[in-house]
Amino acid sequence: MINIVYRLKSPKFFEEAIDEIELDGVIVRPTYLSICQADQRYYQGSRPVEVLEAKLPMALIHEAIGEVVFDSEKNFKQGDKVVMIPNTPSGDDVCKANYSYTSKFRGSGFDGFTSDLIKLTSDRVIKIPADFNPHVSAFIELISVAYQGISKFDELAITPKDKLGVWGDGNLGFITALFLKERFPESEVIVFGKHQENLNLFSFADEVYQIHNVSENVVVDHAFECVGSSASQSAIEQIIDLINPQGTINLFGVSEYPIPINTRMVLEKGLTIQGNSRSEREDFIGVVETLKENPNLFEHLEKLITNICEIQSLNDLKEAFDKDYISNFGKTILKWDK
Amino acid sequence: MIFAAILAGGIGSRMGGTDTPKQFLDLGNKPVIVHTIEKFVINEKIDKTIVLTPKNFINHTNQLIKEYIPNADDIIVIEGGETRNDTLLNSIRYIEENFGIDDESIILTHDSVRPFVTHRIIEDNIKAARKYGACDTVIPATDTIVESINGETIESIPVRDYYYQGQTPQSFNIKKLFNLIDSLTEEESNILTDACKIFTLKDEDVHLVDGEVTNIKITYPYDLKLANTILEDRND
Repeated sequence: MINIVYRLKSPKFFEEAIDEIELDGVIVRPTYLSICQADQRYYQGSRPVEVLEAKLPMALIHEAIGEVVFDSEKNFKQGDKVVMIPNTPSGDDVCKANYSYTSKFRGSGFDGFTSDLIKLTSDRVIKIPADFNPHVSAFIELISVAYQGISKFDELAITPKDKLGVWGDGNLGFITALFLKERFPESEVIVFGKHQENLNLFSFADEVYQIHNVSENVVVDHAFECVGSSASQSAIEQIIDLINPQGTINLFGVSEYPIPINTRMVLEKGLTIQGNSRSEREDFIGVVETLKENPNLFEHLEKLITNICEIQSLNDLKEAFDKDYISNFGKTILKWDK
Repeated sequence: MIFAAILAGGIGSRMGGTDTPKQFLDLGNKPVIVHTIEKFVINEKIDKTIVLTPKNFINHTNQLIKEYIPNADDIIVIEGGETRNDTLLNSIRYIEENFGIDDESIILTHDSVRPFVTHRIIEDNIKAARKYGACDTVIPATDTIVESINGETIESIPVRDYYYQGQTPQSFNIKKLFNLIDSLTEEESNILTDACKIFTLKDEDVHLVDGEVTNIKITYPYDLKLANTILEDRND
């Protein structure tokens, strides 16, 4: 069947394109999408030229929910609300499929969710309750990244988890801190950020500090770096200073540049550094189940929504990206009517 | 019930050079009409899809559906009429005889040669036809429209902002459509080239649904060549 896909042709320029899909899987109509920093880097053209040349034209967006239109295997009913998994494994992997070289990722290796319809295999679609807030549900993928990092941390950490430090007062820092508090209610969650106005929103955290104004004697058992870009360097430096021996440093922030790390102190303290990227099916299921059990999380997560844009044309899509770019905090949600 | 009528009755007199109606020519590796039917078949809100073709193409169409579309139980192929309106009437008569028409029944009529119609357009048609009783899919006119009656000089140049280009689907409450067709005089019937005109002639509102620039109609050989080029482009 013919499908219309809306691709980024070159930075700041979208175009319609024609694709063809077979009727042998689950066909989903996207309803609410959410812009991620990674999409924004393509849109603004801030990825290296050779990356842009290799990947564009490509449909952006890997955070989205939708409604099932058709399922050849009848596992889903028409109208079922679903979250779509952007990671697409291609074979047997010895590692988690979100780290596999052979997996493809929507909005990175192939077309993302800005299209009339999306075809997925049954295991790339997770049903969500009809009463889930659609604006928050749009970024379940982002939540699942924090979720998988927290799950991996839980398996890795050998020292006590009494004090958990989160660096970064942006979207991922907020979500990671919130889900740490949910997963380890007895632990103290301490957030370190640059912007006081953002830190004020972390009402669920036990303590918040501006990075240049941390009280003496503050220590953490484990740390979560959600800063990214060149600022990761100073965040990791502060983490290494404040972390207790044999703690884990869980990295989430993406940087276009190599980041120097004080390895002498990593050795001396016996620290473990774990990288995190993307997520897999079990993480999506984990998030959906957690949200079902604790609907009060929606209230916190709603605080992240700064823009809701209705998309009926490619110009609307462009305006939404521009609006997202000038917002220094929060998520831009796209109500997809294109 | 919700019905879709795929109008494939035309013999393609504008296509030139070929004996096969344009809806049966290949777009990519499938005939145009198969691509179009698929869009309606996957929409489970649509109870029956009726394909109206010239009489000598009924078997061929059935064969294509069998070959390309799995689980095609809800597709029916019947004969179209002499004109577009006759074809539309045939579909309504068929519905009346076989399924009955209630106050809620709607029909989406669509050109078989518009395979690029989107799911969003179909959904918006269903919503608008249910709510308003009639709708037409349009895009704003981009070229200036020039009116000339004698074909030699300009009569007027209307304000472009008020003009749209009609696409399909055009969708209707079937009972309303049926009653309006019934009330047409012969003179009115003769000037009808468009189903929505039945409503406007009788002062009934027709709601606008946003179309897409990609929802092109394959009318001329150039269109098919263009459509194939766009489709091949995806593999680059």
